[in-house]
Amino acid sequence: MARRVLITGLGTFWGGRVAQALEADPDVEVIIGLDTAEPQIRLERTEYVRSDENYSILSRIVQATAVDTIVHTFLVVDSTQMSSRAMHEINVIGTMNLFAAASAAGSTVRNVVVKSSALVYGSSPKDPYWFREDGRRADLPHSRVERSLLEVEGYVRDFATDNPHVCLSLLRFSNVLGPDIVTPLSQALQLPLVPKVAGYDPRFQFVHEDDVIGSLLFVLEQQVPGIFNVAGDGQIPWSEVAAIVGKRTIPMPPIGIGLATGPLRRMGLVDLAPELIALLKYGRGVDNRRLKRAGFDYQHTSAGAVDAFAEALRLRRMVGDHDPKYHYQEDVERWFRHSPSVLREVDRRR
Amino acid sequence: MPPGDRANEKATAPRVATAALVPVQLPPMSKEPEPLDDPRRGDVDEWGRSERMREVARRVYAPLYERWFRVEWEGLEKIPTDGGALIIANHAGAVPSDAPAIMHGIETELGRPVYGLADQFFKGAPFIGTMWARNGGVVAHPDNAYRLLREQNQLVLVFPEGSKGTGKTYNERYRLRRFGRGGFVEIAMRAGVPIVPIAVIGAEESMPILFKVPALAKALGIPYFPITANMLALGPLGAAVYFPAKFKLRVLDPVTFPDVDPDQPRYSRSRIMDESEAIRQRIQEQLYDMLRHRRSVWFG
Repeated sequence: MARRVLITGLGTFWGGRVAQALEADPDVEVIIGLDTAEPQIRLERTEYVRSDENYSILSRIVQATAVDTIVHTFLVVDSTQMSSRAMHEINVIGTMNLFAAASAAGSTVRNVVVKSSALVYGSSPKDPYWFREDGRRADLPHSRVERSLLEVEGYVRDFATDNPHVCLSLLRFSNVLGPDIVTPLSQALQLPLVPKVAGYDPRFQFVHEDDVIGSLLFVLEQQVPGIFNVAGDGQIPWSEVAAIVGKRTIPMPPIGIGLATGPLRRMGLVDLAPELIALLKYGRGVDNRRLKRAGFDYQHTSAGAVDAFAEALRLRRMVGDHDPKYHYQEDVERWFRHSPSVLREVDRRR
Repeated sequence: MPPGDRANEKATAPRVATAALVPVQLPPMSKEPEPLDDPRRGDVDEWGRSERMREVARRVYAPLYERWFRVEWEGLEKIPTDGGALIIANHAGAVPSDAPAIMHGIETELGRPVYGLADQFFKGAPFIGTMWARNGGVVAHPDNAYRLLREQNQLVLVFPEGSKGTGKTYNERYRLRRFGRGGFVEIAMRAGVPIVPIAVIGAEESMPILFKVPALAKALGIPYFPITANMLALGPLGAAVYFPAKFKLRVLDPVTFPDVDPDQPRYSRSRIMDESEAIRQRIQEQLYDMLRHRRSVWFG
């Protein structure tokens, strides 16, 4: 069955990679990528549409292209990237417009995948050590990214209730590590001394970036509705994470931590957001067995993800960035996609 | 195929019936997947417990256990050597001295780990929290207890009185507080494990609370701020040094619930409260019995 897929956040790490993987799938007929920024990786047949961050043109796109699948990977989970206002526009308003378009009369959308984060569970001493999908967070959200993601999930829930004919999968990812992705945690682990909060050595859970892509493709393929945690097996203490990467830790005072992290941020080394400091104190674990029971096989454990990151780090230290950087050039890409002189897969087979 | 046709075809296609976002019951995992490469460096398990750290702690604590408290067990064979079990006991001493004694005794005699459930206060405290977790402390959350007991078949120790037990002053010694809301019974039922009650004497006298300073407790954010007899006798050192009271522990007959099915979403509240109260009564009676036979606080 040929599918027509719309990906939000094509310029993000995840959107681009999901598009790349879908391009290889002959069942996927059309891939449309929406973003405010240009794609970061080479794409063959995905069509890139530039939009404003809250997707006001979305209902027109959905109608005109008759997409049946939406992959929502545009959600911002790293609050250090932008202002609170911009994050609100992207996460909350963007999702609102997305679901408004998807639930409009005559909408052809039958499958929606949302990439959320385990941040919605928060991190506090009261937490269970393994959050299940139906578990409630123990405290009120006190960081803006957590609040915004909870609002997003509210829209997701409303959409799912109002549109029972749509297969909706909501994935909550734990901290991602891997060879390529850059997150505040990966930046912290690249410092000569890895910051920790004195007196705390919380258990961390990681998911390898390939498992993130794998799980997104899995739910797209299998169409399993519901909420799923995505995280590697096992939890490891922060000190051991640093040890696997081969670093020593430097304690920061448990009280007045803002004074310690302020200079780190100003020097552009690492920006430890409040939700990350809570994580460095109390940790967080999510139960990944629901997705496993649905049939997904993880390729990496938590420690395996850290190890893969450490290996990539060692290589990069020796040879620098070995992949040539890709720059999106609009006219070239358009020519490739639409010129009659370009022989496409279909023509070649003929 | 033009998009218009496609839309029509979609509209007539059979709709996928999905429950909105309510978790659906999925079949159990059919096959055990290949074990993944797990390059761990330490031995800290998913609960934060480290067997190596416990080993060190046991070696440090052994002289205290054998010479200072001269711990004496009665009915240790009633603690299961395999399978999950919920161990409960009465709780006493400003800084509870009963938990390490019970954990040390079972781990050395039975050779199996004991996880101690306690208030989240421990996890939140810097330094103490890390040491506590490495030595088998786990936050008392029903999900944690269930996973430990039902899925991992571990021994779990919990003090149903909680900080009400350790926070009582010396004039109320050996009088059991309320057993919470009977949550421990519910967990044992859900996990399908026996409850093994233990009556402990000696802990009350090892660090008796004379009075408490609520204002300080509030300012420091701790459950209570005790002024103990140890502090009066030894000064600041008294916050860490116990009196050498003789410890006696009596393991009572395990309580099972053969007529109750595990994994139920809800259990009868009245049944839970009845069972909880019955266990509390049994421990209380045993405590009185042990005190009746105790000739000396220090020599037993």
